[in-house]
Amino acid sequence: MSCEYSRAVLHGYLDGELDAARSLEFERHLESCRECASALGAEEALRSSLQRSGLYERTSPVLRQKVQAGIKAVNRARAESRPVAWRWLAVAAAILLVAGVSWLAMPSLRGPAATTVSAAELIDAHIRSLQPGHLTDVISSDQHTVKPWFDGKLDFIPPVKDYADDGFPLVGGRLDVLNGHSVAALVYSRRKHFINVFVWPTPQSDSPLHISNVHQGFQWVHWRHQGMEFCAVSDVSIPDLSELAQLINQ
Amino acid sequence: MDGSANSGSDRENISDVLNPQDRVRFEELILPHLDAAFNLSRWLLRSRADAEDVAQEALLRAYRFFHGFHGGDARAWLLQIVRNTCYTWLEKNRPVELVTEFDEEMHAPPSPTPEALAIAGDNRERLAQALQSLPPRFREVLVLRELEGCSYKEIAAITSIPIGTVMSALARARQRLQRFLTQPQEASREL
Repeated sequence: MSCEYSRAVLHGYLDGELDAARSLEFERHLESCRECASALGAEEALRSSLQRSGLYERTSPVLRQKVQAGIKAVNRARAESRPVAWRWLAVAAAILLVAGVSWLAMPSLRGPAATTVSAAELIDAHIRSLQPGHLTDVISSDQHTVKPWFDGKLDFIPPVKDYADDGFPLVGGRLDVLNGHSVAALVYSRRKHFINVFVWPTPQSDSPLHISNVHQGFQWVHWRHQGMEFCAVSDVSIPDLSELAQLINQ
Repeated sequence: MDGSANSGSDRENISDVLNPQDRVRFEELILPHLDAAFNLSRWLLRSRADAEDVAQEALLRAYRFFHGFHGGDARAWLLQIVRNTCYTWLEKNRPVELVTEFDEEMHAPPSPTPEALAIAGDNRERLAQALQSLPPRFREVLVLRELEGCSYKEIAAITSIPIGTVMSALARARQRLQRFLTQPQEASREL
């Protein structure tokens, strides 16, 4: 082992980053090379000075508070963006309520006025489902068990498919009520989180994914596809929800 | 480690993604490394006041990027963001410090005796001065290794230098530090 080489290896040795064989090799070299032995002593002295020096600079309590306040401010900014969305939702809900009432007045035109479902209702339904024993009425990862289970309980048949291969295993299904209408709730899991996909029929044409803001830590995507209206609610990220939506639409 | 947190892209609107569980995880996994974040910024910026601002900014960036943290070494993940935030700040406010100096192949000076180094190193002020005199790229590896106790693997992850060159970077940084410490005081002011 040349001494130049040792000068680099010496640092790996000092830092305990050499494997056993190279460590041993260097120790053998140390016995015969006074220059390396002295250099190692100097490095060790320097290291112990640095570590005893108290040069490590700790955070002041003020910074700690500032960081925590900063995080709260970020959260608050998000929270404040909600009322705006809520207000628009309220307006939309009011308009749709009127529409719903006119549908009531003209039964022949009446489809399930499902778009009047409010954010609060969706979140409530999702949270309710997470209470112990409420998630599923039929527990099965087999789409051929879940789908027939809905038969006779609803006046429509929701599309049910297991997407375990794509990272969204089917957990089961249940009946739920949104805006006074019975809807199918399909439950998928995503890395230990649950996603409720609410499904109900709609007379309206297909629509692209509509992505919600965060409400109480939950969010959803909403879309219409081939006569069905879908709303996937969860605490998983929007990209995950969108991915599931794409799978369902396939 | 997930490199995406470090892409430095704020363009993406990701501010709505952090859910309550992630907030708790952030507090449990990341906030305990606030000292590490501050220490690194303080040594990179060589000023407590600037370090407070930049460390705070880095923590908030980490918070916004947290969805990109998929487990693993939380300290290294955070320090990577801290380091990038510091360099961005330096580029903007003190670009002169980042001018890559010509890395001359130093002739290895006769190594000082352990005794001489111990005496020089016992002077805290002088040690701090010596550390501050190093170019940032050398200073950071020393701070991460000696003050923060990072492994070569962690240093490589934080500084984005190949793991194979961490050892030689440390060797050169230590050589410079020794040279400063054992130089006559007058001459060392020039550095």
